[in-house]
Amino acid sequence: MNNIFVYCEVTEERLVADVSLELLSKGRKLADDLKVKLEAVVIGHKVTKPEALLYPFGVDVIHYADDEKLFPYTTLPHASIIIELFKKEKPEIVLFGATSIGRDLAPRVASALRCGLTADCTSLEIGDHFENKTQTEYKNLLYQIRPAFGGNIIATIINPETRPQMATVREGVMKKEVYSVKYKGKLNKIDARSILKDEDFAVTIIERHLEKSKIDIKNSQVVIAGGYGVGSKENFQLLFDLAEILGAQVGASRAAVDAGFVEHERQVGQTGVTVRPKLYIACGISGAVQHRAGMDQSAQIISINTDIDAPINQIADYTIHGNVADVIPRMIKYYKKNSK
Amino acid sequence: MRFRIIVLAKQVPDTRNVGKDAMKADGTVNRAALSAIFNPEDLHALEQALSIKDKIPYAEVILLTMGPTRAAEIIREAMYRGADQGFLITDRKFAGSDTLATSYALSLAVKKLAPYHLVISGRQAIDGDTAQVGPQTAEKLGIPQITYAEEILSLDAKKIIVKRRLERGVEVVNSTLPALITVHSSAPPCRQRIGKLLMKYKHARTVTELQNETKDYTELYNERPYLLIEEWSADDLKAETQNLGLSGSPTKVKKIENVVFQHKESTILSNSDKDIEKLMQTLIRSHIIG
Repeated sequence: MNNIFVYCEVTEERLVADVSLELLSKGRKLADDLKVKLEAVVIGHKVTKPEALLYPFGVDVIHYADDEKLFPYTTLPHASIIIELFKKEKPEIVLFGATSIGRDLAPRVASALRCGLTADCTSLEIGDHFENKTQTEYKNLLYQIRPAFGGNIIATIINPETRPQMATVREGVMKKEVYSVKYKGKLNKIDARSILKDEDFAVTIIERHLEKSKIDIKNSQVVIAGGYGVGSKENFQLLFDLAEILGAQVGASRAAVDAGFVEHERQVGQTGVTVRPKLYIACGISGAVQHRAGMDQSAQIISINTDIDAPINQIADYTIHGNVADVIPRMIKYYKKNSK
Repeated sequence: MRFRIIVLAKQVPDTRNVGKDAMKADGTVNRAALSAIFNPEDLHALEQALSIKDKIPYAEVILLTMGPTRAAEIIREAMYRGADQGFLITDRKFAGSDTLATSYALSLAVKKLAPYHLVISGRQAIDGDTAQVGPQTAEKLGIPQITYAEEILSLDAKKIIVKRRLERGVEVVNSTLPALITVHSSAPPCRQRIGKLLMKYKHARTVTELQNETKDYTELYNERPYLLIEEWSADDLKAETQNLGLSGSPTKVKKIENVVFQHKESTILSNSDKDIEKLMQTLIRSHIIG
């Protein structure tokens, strides 16, 4: 069997992005299951110490294309290099971060290679498949598991015939884990100039204003999240008030973001951020599968909801049966009264 | 030459308003319980196309969609808002298409409409949220893609300048034409229907729809041929059967589960001061907060 590849995204600070390190950690586990190698693809310019950074995650080979024309990211040059590399290496599995880069790049590559791609997976496993129609048995396929259909169902997707099997995964879904600090792989330098053509530069960047996100719900110990049931932008202020005194971050469900109550950066769930805080307070959130996928590993969950049958209550440790606008001010009051 | 803009759009089940009857007892989706709508981000895409037409009088906007007969609804909807024409790609052979097979069919239809200058679609559809069809169609057409577009800053016959909305800011890019653009929900919403256009196009039908009409439209259509919405089959697109539908789709659904969550012993608290105070005391005592 051929190897597992992870496309490593390069950040503004020219480091390999966290999401890629998370995928390498997952990729290493899959590689061990399949007894194959883990290979990283790094495309950029003057990336900070890719070897020292990546080998500890169990990377056997780093394919590194270093050229000033490859940073910042644009679609076509990165796609051309990857397509060329994959035609030669024929990976078994390829993982991309489900970021604005990965979700732009992976489909272009999948189309050129005519292979399957599953977006926003929340779990990846190895398993077999028996196709009744053709009476064919497939061993060791990648199960690409994701909520689908607006989060009302969980689908397991497979690519029996085509290779590579490709998937994108959001940041925070997989855990970043160092494999062995002493692990050593080898470096394969890619000569970008020999691959790229003029038409790969049809799109040029004129201006960029990127900043590190100021909203960091992923690393917050306490997350107070609001849903459509919060009712208004004004009511969301109550969540911010509670967050401030608890030192928490405010998150939101997709419905609340779509309704314009808060910015998209706060969205928790399959198409947002995955969080694992010590405490998650779900305010007026019904708890669609897509939302639960991004928060069900929270250590403690409190749900505040007027609907006692809301699905979120099934995973909550405490359910407060009541209205958000009515409950939160009193949580603030009794927190102040009881804390030192 | 006209400046041809092709808008790719999809009719989707309204997964945002899923009621309790959306799932059948066997765990499959009860499509009948979901209303079909114009995919929200595709409406943002249509607005981008229409606003180009506002500025460039020789621009034309063509809506292209793939789906069952019913999907002609969104073509009419686009015409009511200012699209000039629409085509429905429809064939049983397309059933079961994943994003790769879909982009193959769409790219053949776009090629049939060549020469074109711009292809615009929404970033993603709410029933799958994959955001894959746009980039895959661009690859099949061999043209550049600009994803997450928020605003078209300038445009001429040969190039376009677009502001993109990324996770952590914005980027302004310049691309040669033709190009494919996918539009982000942060772009302006689509204008409403225009009364005059509603009157003009309310009788627009596909051939299949006409066959199901009790009224005879022959005379009206002789007079106003623009009312006919053309349908394209796999043969009309000269599509290779092995690239269509299930056989053209590398991804297969192995299993679908209605989600069952591990039921926790949830403590139900009332809305009373006593219960809320007790909860806050418990949280503080266990050092979760405070």
